[in-house]
Amino acid sequence: MNWKAFGAMLARDAHVARRNAIQLFLQTFLQPLLFVFIFGRVMVRSGYLPPQYKSLLLPGIIAICMVFTGIWAVAMPLIAEFQWTREIEDRLLAPIGVAWVAIEKVIAGMLQALIAGLAVIPFAWLVLRPVEISIDTPVVFAVIVVLVATFAACGGLALGCSINQQHIGLMFGMVITPMIFFGCTYYPWSALQTFPLLQKAVLINPLVYASEGLRATLVPRSPHLSIVAVLIALVCFDVLLLAIGLRQFEKKAVS
Amino acid sequence: MVGVRTQDLRKVYSSSPPTAASGGSGPRSDGKKGKPAKVEIPALDGLSLEVQPGEIFGLLGPNGAGKSTTVGVLTTRVRPTSGTAWIGEHEVWKQPALVKRLIGVVPQRANLDFSLTAREILVFHAAYFGIGKRQRDQRADELLEKFRLTERANQMVRGFSGGMMQRLSIARAMMHDPQVLFLDEPSAGLDPQTRILLWEIIREYHQAGKTILLTTHNMDEADALCQRLAIVDHGHVIALGAPKELKASIPGGFLLRLRFGRQPADLMQRLQALSGVREVRAADTTGVDIYADRGGSLILEIASLAASAEAELSDVHISEPSLENLFLHHTGRSLRD
Repeated sequence: MNWKAFGAMLARDAHVARRNAIQLFLQTFLQPLLFVFIFGRVMVRSGYLPPQYKSLLLPGIIAICMVFTGIWAVAMPLIAEFQWTREIEDRLLAPIGVAWVAIEKVIAGMLQALIAGLAVIPFAWLVLRPVEISIDTPVVFAVIVVLVATFAACGGLALGCSINQQHIGLMFGMVITPMIFFGCTYYPWSALQTFPLLQKAVLINPLVYASEGLRATLVPRSPHLSIVAVLIALVCFDVLLLAIGLRQFEKKAVS
Repeated sequence: MVGVRTQDLRKVYSSSPPTAASGGSGPRSDGKKGKPAKVEIPALDGLSLEVQPGEIFGLLGPNGAGKSTTVGVLTTRVRPTSGTAWIGEHEVWKQPALVKRLIGVVPQRANLDFSLTAREILVFHAAYFGIGKRQRDQRADELLEKFRLTERANQMVRGFSGGMMQRLSIARAMMHDPQVLFLDEPSAGLDPQTRILLWEIIREYHQAGKTILLTTHNMDEADALCQRLAIVDHGHVIALGAPKELKASIPGGFLLRLRFGRQPADLMQRLQALSGVREVRAADTTGVDIYADRGGSLILEIASLAASAEAELSDVHISEPSLENLFLHHTGRSLRD
């Protein structure tokens, strides 16, 4: 394993992310914060939603920010680099195994997802305050946050290496949007009790475990899926998406 | 110094090959009725060659001959269906990371990092190869100067012209001082001035003891730069040697391409009997290619022979000894086809 090459690639991605910081910031936070403002502040203050809804909403918003950022950070550059600019070829020719180039992309995506997830908390708190959140089990919270970031980055790898440039719109319409709406981000999983079939069907959506895991650790008193189930599901999704992503990456990298 | 070797390389793409890596004799469908046909495209068909350490070696052939696929296999980007490739002592597909340290690659299509400036592209490339900060900064400055890019060093490459991108691609490939430099169609799309600069730089790099393998379908480039050439067609080598030797191997050297409106049956034998004619070949239904050791002076005799045989001579084209003629002699097709 060539750590120097790996580190240099990470440094390159960090450099590019810093250069595009404002664009990344707006892209990541604008939509979720507008959502937080309308649903968490306008709707609550005007009495259409109860004040407790704010606590339920925040973990879902963190999950959306993390997952969207991780997928975007990995998938979009890969789609462009493999199909259009081909700029990844320079890194594929670096003295390091091809799989490590993909793993570097995953690590860079994870870091961006983590930063997005942690940075949205103070912004959302400012909009929503007062809001009741507490981190009683910091270790479990940290593990869940890392697993969610991994899922986002690995999902980005798998999507980025499987989708053609002309299908980017379709990816958002057919994959990302349904994933967010059926991902228990704006409501807890238990709220689907009255839709038993839907409640079972959404369990194939990894975002459900991300939202419910964050809800379980940030708002433990609210109804949520068991933490053990969340951890097992997230680990399984991480491994599965990483395996698919690496396989697809190698297919793209070597013809 | 490091050499390059391939042994019986075969590559069959099971879908369409990537751009600039196509080759072979066209699609071969073996699908069954009712199922979508699986298209197999042979790109390399038993290609073997040996490039000596410190040599400028050229792969010459028409588009789709398998040149880029050969470079792809040698540079760890295309996995061969069978056969072996070595860079120095290292087998490419057994020790790819080690091989990548020894090679620099200039692709046919620019693949510069659009998120970086010209200088950053060079510096990050060197960092991937573990070169220390001071050394990579110094080397980047030297190469930017050499490739006349210093003024644009801190600009993003998105707005660069094709020639500038090509120069930067070559500078990047040289950043880690590779022992073997691969250049895939290096002068395609370059203006004559930049082409001459490029040739100078390639020669200079070669003088530093490096091995250079370039692909081209430009005969002048192959002739001017390469010490030895392999002429490639349909995924295998059809002729190999120094440009001079190769040209000398064409019977006679001169090629006279004749077209007739009407062609009597015994015309070919009668042409063969003319003095200086080495070989006569039917080019298509109305054409005859004559390989001879003289050119223009033969025309008068051919014209009077045609008149006496009642053959209507409609077109004559004479070319002097060239690699183009060699290719035509081996394949019956022009390099430009």
